[in-house]
Amino acid sequence: MTITDETIDYVGILAKLELSGEEKEQAKKDMSNMLEYVGKLDELDTDNVEAMSHAFPVRNVFREDNVTNGDDRENLLKNAPEQKDGCYKVPKTFD
Amino acid sequence: MSKTFETVIGLEVHVELATKTKIFCGCSTAFGGAPNTHTCPVCTGMPGSLPVLNKAVVEKAVAVGLATNCTITQNCKFDRKNYFYPDNPQNYQISQLYYPICRDGKVEIEVDGKKKFVRIHEIHMEEDAGKLVHDPYTDSSLVDYNRSGVPLIEIVSEPDMRSAEEVIAYLEKLRLIIQYLGASDCKLNEGSMRADVNLSVREVGTEKFGTRTEMKNLNSFKAIARAIENEKERQIDLIESGEEVVQETRRWDDTKEYSYAMRSKEDAQDYRYFPDPDLVPVVISDAWMEEIRARQPELRDEKRIRYKEEYDIPEYDIDILTNSKRLADIFEEAIALGAAPKKVSNWLMVETMRLMKEAGIDADDLSFSAAHLATIIKLVDTKVINGTVAKEVFEKVFAENIDPEKYVEEHGLKTVNDEGALTGVIEEIVAANPKSVEDYKSGKEKAIGFLVGQTMKAMKGKADPGEVNRILKEVLSR
Amino acid sequence: MDLMRLTAVELGKKIKASEVSVMEATKACLDRIHALESEYNCFVTVDEEGALKQAEEIQKRIDAGELTGPLAGVPVAIKDNMCIEGMLTTCSSKILSNFVPTYTATAVQCLRDAGAVIIGKTNMDEFAMGSTTETSYYGITKNPWDTNRVPGGSSGGSAAAVAAEEVPYALGSDTGGSIRQPAGFCGVTGIKPTYGRVSRYGLIAYGSSLDQIGPLAKDVTDCATILDAICKHDDKDSTSYKDAADDFTSALVDDVKGMKIGIPRDYFAEGIDEDVKNSVLQAAKVLEARGAIVEEFDLGMVEYAIPAYYIIASAEASSNLERFDGVKYGYRTDKFTDLHNMYKKTRSEGFGPEVKRRIMLGSFVLSSGYYDAYYVKALKTKALIKKAFDDAFAKYDVILGPVAPTTALKVGESLSDPIKMYLGDIYTVSVNLAGLPGISLPCGYDKDGMPIGLQLLGQTFDEKSIIRAAYAYECTREYKRPAQLEERGL
Repeated sequence: MTITDETIDYVGILAKLELSGEEKEQAKKDMSNMLEYVGKLDELDTDNVEAMSHAFPVRNVFREDNVTNGDDRENLLKNAPEQKDGCYKVPKTFD
Repeated sequence: MSKTFETVIGLEVHVELATKTKIFCGCSTAFGGAPNTHTCPVCTGMPGSLPVLNKAVVEKAVAVGLATNCTITQNCKFDRKNYFYPDNPQNYQISQLYYPICRDGKVEIEVDGKKKFVRIHEIHMEEDAGKLVHDPYTDSSLVDYNRSGVPLIEIVSEPDMRSAEEVIAYLEKLRLIIQYLGASDCKLNEGSMRADVNLSVREVGTEKFGTRTEMKNLNSFKAIARAIENEKERQIDLIESGEEVVQETRRWDDTKEYSYAMRSKEDAQDYRYFPDPDLVPVVISDAWMEEIRARQPELRDEKRIRYKEEYDIPEYDIDILTNSKRLADIFEEAIALGAAPKKVSNWLMVETMRLMKEAGIDADDLSFSAAHLATIIKLVDTKVINGTVAKEVFEKVFAENIDPEKYVEEHGLKTVNDEGALTGVIEEIVAANPKSVEDYKSGKEKAIGFLVGQTMKAMKGKADPGEVNRILKEVLSR
Repeated sequence: MDLMRLTAVELGKKIKASEVSVMEATKACLDRIHALESEYNCFVTVDEEGALKQAEEIQKRIDAGELTGPLAGVPVAIKDNMCIEGMLTTCSSKILSNFVPTYTATAVQCLRDAGAVIIGKTNMDEFAMGSTTETSYYGITKNPWDTNRVPGGSSGGSAAAVAAEEVPYALGSDTGGSIRQPAGFCGVTGIKPTYGRVSRYGLIAYGSSLDQIGPLAKDVTDCATILDAICKHDDKDSTSYKDAADDFTSALVDDVKGMKIGIPRDYFAEGIDEDVKNSVLQAAKVLEARGAIVEEFDLGMVEYAIPAYYIIASAEASSNLERFDGVKYGYRTDKFTDLHNMYKKTRSEGFGPEVKRRIMLGSFVLSSGYYDAYYVKALKTKALIKKAFDDAFAKYDVILGPVAPTTALKVGESLSDPIKMYLGDIYTVSVNLAGLPGISLPCGYDKDGMPIGLQLLGQTFDEKSIIRAAYAYECTREYKRPAQLEERGL
């Protein structure tokens, strides 16, 4: 499968990665090679196989509806690159 | 001749579930805390944190599914919906795409006497996002994750509605079902119920759907009605002028009464859903489902039928009383404490409605206790207070939920039932108003009203008007 | 007596017997690190001050009789993708270069509860993506057997630190071989437990359905002892196994009589180094001589494991790593024009090439129109791989094979060709896809004197069989220190 510039740009938007010209060329090559390689799976007949998310069945893991956490804002915000008024500060999201 | 169009509408309704904690962590869902005070590593997307599902969320979602005639997906899973936005701390939202918890339901609505079903495509569980506030001082946005991880269900209807009236009837229906279940308080203005409208138009008589748009940011029934009307006109105008409707998401601005497309080249709308490997499947056994079904309370339609059979009150009143679970609860509780249904209904339909209107609140916000209303009715029945005093006491109960018995006692509002004392006061009044006495005796029966009034005034309202009337006549006839 | 030559359990015994104080053990560890780190670079963070403080406190608790376990007072190093409250945790990435967690990974907490002294955080491939520890933002880690070679990866810092005797034992994590392969390359022992045995809470995720924490140490006894401490059910991890705790040290029995061991013929087909092949088959002969029933069989599906693994791991990683965006923690770019530009610049500057490569691949295979062809196909392949193992474990107690087709590669040798590098994972990734436990231990040396790893696999939750087989094999051998240490008198 050949990967076009458009595909790399599109995946860049999805993944929020901005690649330089050189990186883009490398990414095109790497992704083409990799997709060609993983295309090996097409050899397998999986029509009647169920997709397996977890290797063995664990189900119904729940918590009870009890408040266990208190106010940990000060601690959590310590890692924020920018903060203001007890909030995480980000570039504006409104037009 | 110009063509006639019909509107085809489907709804995506988000409802915040009334649980104590968030869907995947033990943080409180309480409204109104200072920013980020109800957060932890899980709901702020800290690396290494993991989600653990709140059982109450599953039970509430199943309850809503059963009440809306859905098929419950007995083996359901969570998926990740990937998109970058600062209110979404992991940059993926945990939701359900492939195996939503409920499918293929329907609810009946009624508009102008005509009944019809609106089908429900699916109901899925998901987590709410945080809140973004614009900071004008720094021209940036501030993120508060208190709402991040609050449990939601999204109820997706089929495109079965044809007018704003039907949309509102459907939303009212959902609201009542969910409130009665206690699954949510469903307040549009507070955002615990939110509706996105998918709308297209087509020529009457055609089968094929037109291209639809999705309208967001609708915060009241009025806004929904206005937005539907506006979008319908916009689409018809486009079609009639030979242009095409573009499939897109639009944001409604209710103050300006117009909508605009929410588009950006950074917004690919490709969510790359896949099963969340951090969570395990939810298996809802027949037994568990039946347990939830058995706990379902009486819903509104059942209540209406029962009220009609059990209580001698008008159908109109029944509709009003059951239109809010809170009102119906007060009604039933007061009756259970021995008050006559008709009297309770009267207090709710007249005095309560009047005070609600004055205070500008909804029935859901009523905070007085039914026991206090029952007490007032008992005090009137046993002639401890009269009707006028009762209204005065009820105003206090309505506003502050005071204890009526204590209040009557403390403020000396009891009717004076001491006949000797009352007779004494009446004799004084009669003596002081010879003109009125003369009028009465000369056949002007109405003159007695003035004397009753004078007596009540002298008694500071604490007499039984019937009793005053009786004794007055007795004194006058001497 | 050189304390650093002891195993964790040996050192624990001396501490318990008051022959060695916790402070002495801790200082011995720190001294060794100071002496060797400039050369090997096993650590991203050495918490000298914290370690000395812990040593004092733990000594008091030992003296008070509160801590009596075999690991009480023994220093440990933690791979830098496990969160520790108040300690820098970077995942060897620039994007987390300033991240200090406010919580501690459950597995680390288990060790703290057992009285471990946490010395610091070990180097790794960035976000555990790699098998050489060359993709770290904090420099490459060198193999103590030959500093021109890589230690393997991604838990290369942990494996090299144990091999260099900078620390008695370490925790690593294994998504596609990241404990077993570096253990093999560095001549130490490592266990990847069954998925669900060790809580993933606080482990910064790479491939959530595959990641599992495990020990790296000098021998099987240490590894079993560490498992006893870290395998525990955890309410904070939905995938944590209800009966995760077990008595693993009870399987340290030098007896394999009647044990059925299968050797997959398809593991030795092509691409395997002759020395590796011979050593592994020789190990099988040793076990056979001790009474095990050893036979060859066809496992099947071997060549499909790597494609399935890279699709699943990359897809999960692309989603897991979305949270690194410059909003809540970690690195944020200096200059940006708007929100999306901030995201893109932060991530493009913060992630290294291998991480970007996998995020791009993962985002692509999940994108509209490709999900079924790649991701679902890979999940179905995973089901077939699991079935192949189930069939094998119906016949055998343990599967025996190599850890990797070669011994440790030269620094810089594999990075140029990603697919070639991925092929080195052929014997390890299928184990993660199937959720199985696996142990890696030394079984010989190639013509250059580099250690060769033997891998033993068990059915899910049957760590005991592989511990028993590994222990019985180990009893026939002596632990060998890296030749370079010997030569240089270190």
